[in-house]
Amino acid sequence: MTQVNRLPHGGRVDSSKPLRFVFDGRPYEGYQGDTLASALLANGVVLVGRSFKYHRPRGILSAGAEEPNALIQLGQGNRSEPNLRATQIELYEGLVAESQNRWPSLTTDVGAVNSLFHRIFPSGFYYKTFMWPKTFWMKYEHFIRRMAGLGKCPTEPDPDRYDKLHAHADALIVGAGPAGLAAALAAGRAGARVILVDEQQEMGGSLLSDRQAVIDGVSAAQWVANALAELRAMPEVTLLPRTVAFGYYDHNLVSLMERVTDHLPPTSPEALNQPRQRLWRVRAKDVILATGAIERPMVYIDNDRPGCMLASAAQTYVNRYGAAPGKRAVIMTNNDTAYQVALDLVDAGVSVAAIVDARENAEGELVATARARGIEVLGNHAITRVGGKLAVREVEVRRLTGDGKSVSSDGRTITCDMVLSSGGWQPTVHLFSQARGKLKWNQDILAFVPDKLLPGQNNHSVGAARGAFALTDCLVDGFAAGTAAAHAAGHTEPAGSTPVAGAEPAHSPMREMWVMPSGKPLGHDGKHFVDYQNDVTAADVALAHREGYRSVEHLKRYTTMGMATDQGKTSNINALALMADLRGVAIPEVGTTTFRPPYTPVTIGAFAGIDKGDFLDPIRKTPLHSWHEQHGAPFETVGQWHRAWYYPKPGETMHDAVNREVKAVRTSVGIVDASTLGKIDIQGPDAAWFLNMVYTNAWSKLEPGRCRYGLMLGEDGMVMDDGVTSRIAENHFHMTTTTGGAARVMAWLEDWLQCEWTDKKVYLTSVTEQWAVIGISGPMSRKLLSEVAPDLPLDDQSFPHLSFRDGVVAGVKCRIFRITFTGEATYELNMAPSYAMHVWRALMQAGEKYGITPYGTEAMHVLRAEKGFIIVGQETDGTTTPQDLGMDWIVSKQKPDFLGKRSLQRSDTKRPDRKHLIGLLTEDPNEVLPEGAQIVAELKDKPPMEMIGHVTSSYYSPNCGRSIAMALVKNGRNRMGETLYMPYDGKVVKAKVTEPKFYDPEGARING
Amino acid sequence: MKQHYSIFTLARNAVSYHEKWTEAWRSPDPKPSYDVVIVGGGGHGLATAYYLAKEHGITNVAVIEKGWLGGGNTGRNTTIVRSNYLWDESAHLYEHALKLWEGLSQDLNYNVMFSQRGLLSTAHTVHDMQALRRRVYAIQLNGIDSEILTREQVAEYCPILDCSPTARYPVFGASLQRRGGVARHDAVAWGYARGADARGVDIIQNCEVTGFKIENGKITGLETTRGSIGAKKVGVVVAGHCGVLAGMAGFRLPIESHPLQAMVSEPIKPVLDCVVMSGQVHVYVSQSDKGELVFGAGIDSFNSYSQYGSPPVVENMLNALTELFPIFSRLRFLRQWGGIVDTCPDASPIIGKTPVENLFFNCGWGTGGFKATPGSGHVFAHTIATGEPHKLAAPFALERFTTGYLIDEHGAAGVAH
Repeated sequence: MTQVNRLPHGGRVDSSKPLRFVFDGRPYEGYQGDTLASALLANGVVLVGRSFKYHRPRGILSAGAEEPNALIQLGQGNRSEPNLRATQIELYEGLVAESQNRWPSLTTDVGAVNSLFHRIFPSGFYYKTFMWPKTFWMKYEHFIRRMAGLGKCPTEPDPDRYDKLHAHADALIVGAGPAGLAAALAAGRAGARVILVDEQQEMGGSLLSDRQAVIDGVSAAQWVANALAELRAMPEVTLLPRTVAFGYYDHNLVSLMERVTDHLPPTSPEALNQPRQRLWRVRAKDVILATGAIERPMVYIDNDRPGCMLASAAQTYVNRYGAAPGKRAVIMTNNDTAYQVALDLVDAGVSVAAIVDARENAEGELVATARARGIEVLGNHAITRVGGKLAVREVEVRRLTGDGKSVSSDGRTITCDMVLSSGGWQPTVHLFSQARGKLKWNQDILAFVPDKLLPGQNNHSVGAARGAFALTDCLVDGFAAGTAAAHAAGHTEPAGSTPVAGAEPAHSPMREMWVMPSGKPLGHDGKHFVDYQNDVTAADVALAHREGYRSVEHLKRYTTMGMATDQGKTSNINALALMADLRGVAIPEVGTTTFRPPYTPVTIGAFAGIDKGDFLDPIRKTPLHSWHEQHGAPFETVGQWHRAWYYPKPGETMHDAVNREVKAVRTSVGIVDASTLGKIDIQGPDAAWFLNMVYTNAWSKLEPGRCRYGLMLGEDGMVMDDGVTSRIAENHFHMTTTTGGAARVMAWLEDWLQCEWTDKKVYLTSVTEQWAVIGISGPMSRKLLSEVAPDLPLDDQSFPHLSFRDGVVAGVKCRIFRITFTGEATYELNMAPSYAMHVWRALMQAGEKYGITPYGTEAMHVLRAEKGFIIVGQETDGTTTPQDLGMDWIVSKQKPDFLGKRSLQRSDTKRPDRKHLIGLLTEDPNEVLPEGAQIVAELKDKPPMEMIGHVTSSYYSPNCGRSIAMALVKNGRNRMGETLYMPYDGKVVKAKVTEPKFYDPEGARING
Repeated sequence: MKQHYSIFTLARNAVSYHEKWTEAWRSPDPKPSYDVVIVGGGGHGLATAYYLAKEHGITNVAVIEKGWLGGGNTGRNTTIVRSNYLWDESAHLYEHALKLWEGLSQDLNYNVMFSQRGLLSTAHTVHDMQALRRRVYAIQLNGIDSEILTREQVAEYCPILDCSPTARYPVFGASLQRRGGVARHDAVAWGYARGADARGVDIIQNCEVTGFKIENGKITGLETTRGSIGAKKVGVVVAGHCGVLAGMAGFRLPIESHPLQAMVSEPIKPVLDCVVMSGQVHVYVSQSDKGELVFGAGIDSFNSYSQYGSPPVVENMLNALTELFPIFSRLRFLRQWGGIVDTCPDASPIIGKTPVENLFFNCGWGTGGFKATPGSGHVFAHTIATGEPHKLAAPFALERFTTGYLIDEHGAAGVAH
């Protein structure tokens, strides 16, 4: 197919590089440098999408980020991507695009039936219906959901990768139009570190669409080329085209998204060798917002017909892309900028049937030039009808009367295939507002402009972004801001002189005109669209007002105005101006909705970057991990750690393996990797005082060389962590915490030290990964240790339980703690991680004759449960006091204070019938209760039943020859011998209450 | 009399181009005094006023709101409704709310689009599964619907969720509350406002409280930006600012205020038919009727009264989202916002009396207030009307921080506090 609307001359596309692409299954050709939108227009394709609600046929409205209509499903298979704006998709060879939200095709869309019923579907109609019959909402919703939505989610995971970068800059300049380029030149020449970003593929902004402008004596295009060449040569300047600055956060942090390969064929080597997109976090001393302005469409009747376009967009398509949006234009405006569009169109050979100007006396230089060029100017007129459904065929125009609120009765029809409108320009204040700057209304340009900055943010809006639209203002503004930013950062190289723009035509005043009358009341027989994508009309704004949804936020939420993927870039000001009119107040009194990130939608996957899969959260492995792997251990996730769970031998089930491991510890010796325990090195003259505060028991008298078990409470008196802490020296302790609680405990302790006990000299260092820990446990552990540590006296006198010694084990310096979590004699060997494997192997070798058995976390849990030792987080859940656990013995009565002490005095915390930790023995000794089973005293046929507690731990104990369980039960200690019931999964298990100690209750085995 | 809403009145009004609809609620000037003034025009406050009028016949009531109705957390949350709480006290309260949700559109004659599409809470470790079992068994014994799904059942119920065993935190299973789902948040505020207004309640927007009038330990009225208003009783329901208002009344609350962020993606055709929550891979997500994925995660850890958060939280949330749903990676997020949540030390709300006589507070709902809206309003209306806590509200009294009768729902909050 030929490019019927491609202009013979002009444009920045490269006609020597044709590119083939497919839209809705049909092949087309465009050129290198085209966007999908410009290529479609060049091929005479006007109908490109369907609207969200009414499924109205839609064409391309804009040439940029503000596009509400031309949303495209791009690519195929796992690279398919919905809702992309055709105006921002760079054409590449083989591009495949599809229109959205239509079935079966764009021209014949069944969903357009909504349009037939549009009369009963005004804004918010769904709040008023679908309520009968009562249970039917889900059925209605099923259809509503299918009618709604736009493009389709891919069905396969994303094959591409993403990247993240952090950067600092003296000046981050957003927008590389005239103001941004001038700023970058000034700052760059002065020696500042500059990052210049622009969302488009080519830098230059409005200058790329401008055929008239002259800067420093050369054409705009030439000046852009010169500027970019100069900037590229500066080592401290980074140019980031195809990069949108989408979020502005506290302290001048700006988020950028760089589209690295989106302009390349997705499976080309060049694309596959790079990340697809890159998320930048830039902390800038100064942010220069040269973000330009967005043209507003005029709100005239049926202003959404394909062929209705922003005037400036048509200018861009003609001047920059060499593509005519149509053959014959009618232009509707209330300001002068559209006149330049008309002139450019005529220059390019596109006919302009008429300029319909809302102003009563359209005068001035540009108006005169247009007239002189033979363009008919219809002053004080409005478009009152747009003919054509799938494309504009004609318009009717009438004279405005009655202060612009009505029109004359006689109209005139003008044949055309496009309607270009300009309702004025709104500076792109999104980032300024995200930075929580305040806006003010400028009545001259009928737009909001930046006013006051939030303290702590440092940015400068320049040129069109602050409402100074003249080219000379943009250059002067930008250059000054760039110079100032460089100076503020201490750079003072000469920046040369401000670029000078050639003469520009003076602009005549605008006419404030928010809706064009059509001769009929709004909403009667035709629609004045305000928000194109979400199908919100001027009549909907009036309905919202009528029904009391008058706050700008209510207007937005009730009508969905501004909530589409374009976030109201072309609609917000029109809508709130209409609301201001209805409320009879000034526009600034209505205010704007909050501008929120992102400026344009950004890819979710880019935020994950490479931090996915195994990198989502670092997997922490002990130095012995590979040994466990080699010996077939499955791993249990504990916090970020992977811990060996059990070591099955060939043919063994988990049950078999765990039983074997548990028995080995009780009968000979087991070996366990306990490296994951949290470890905190505590030093300082107030260290003992500190431990007295954070643990419930007393620490002052603990001698160096000795260890003590401690319980930590939250402020609410509830158990939050436990562990053994040892006194290394007078002012030096080694604390251990639970594996899962290590980070939380560290943060908690630091919180107290840094915020509350600021006068205390205590210093904490996390040493979890500086010590590997190997435990050997069981009656043969002492014998085994004596063989690998021959110099270490191990008798109970020299090395008693709850003490530690430094010694050499298998040639490696170790710190050995004699503490136990199994109830058997246990030595925990701590060493530098790099030696852990050596020591482990030496122990395995020496222990072979004793049948040394590696045991995993499951056996460890069984062993400790046999003894009734708690695990914080299992026997406790944030509602458990030491007394509940039967651990009153560890709560000091003497200490004046410790964290949680006061809370323990509260009446409910002191209640004697709280939930107590007890043991449970099931009626059937082979029945292992599920942990989490709820307990009732009185069984009923069906719920509700009163629950009195739950099973916290439950295992099969090979040493007891039966199942054992621990539970927290209301008044449990006074229920010894009672039978309780556990109804779950449709059955009931009975169990008897016992002490929560099932093996060696006297603790006789601790010395082996 | 309010215009009835139905397909028939819609059709009838279509004939007159919808020009005959009247306002959903009046905007009166404040009267000199009221029997009850509710401070805070969010869902909870408006529901309180509605039930005061409907259930207790107290209609000389004003709801005063410093901004616009539903502008706080009502209009900022991720719209999830469920009652799968661990402890009896919470389970009963949230189930009370859920039952009211089930008839709310008809009761209000305003479609709040309560969609009971099912709510999946995933477990990702052995320990997660234990906690999940404990919670499900408890919920079941409280007579509330909840079930445990195996990994295979999860994969069948929500096929786009990554259930592969090689994931960083593989799905072990999930709990499912089929009666859980989502509702249209703004509609809840508007529906209650319209219902309350129809029963005579004055809804007064742009009216900020600047002080309380307290005589002999008893409330007599309020100072506002629209003048003094007398009140026999005052109910304060101001998420995000309850600490500030308690300060004005001369007492302190055990509350910390944090930003909580949420986001939506661009709208897409239906792809996710249930609500999915994961505490381990921390995110919760559903798809709105418009087609947007709506998601959120944990609070920002700093204290703030500003309704926006920090970017790292967003990154973590999006990481988690793509981890659970790899097919969402190429979608784009459209809008990000924040609200302020008032969190209690035990992650449960405070409902009831205060040290000032006839001044009642309903606050501290943390990250989970939306789902409770009808129940919260219902029990709070009872509490205000009778002067004594509703039996479902009684355990949530402020005194529990003195007695230690805490209702620790950190596990059920679904969100790290």
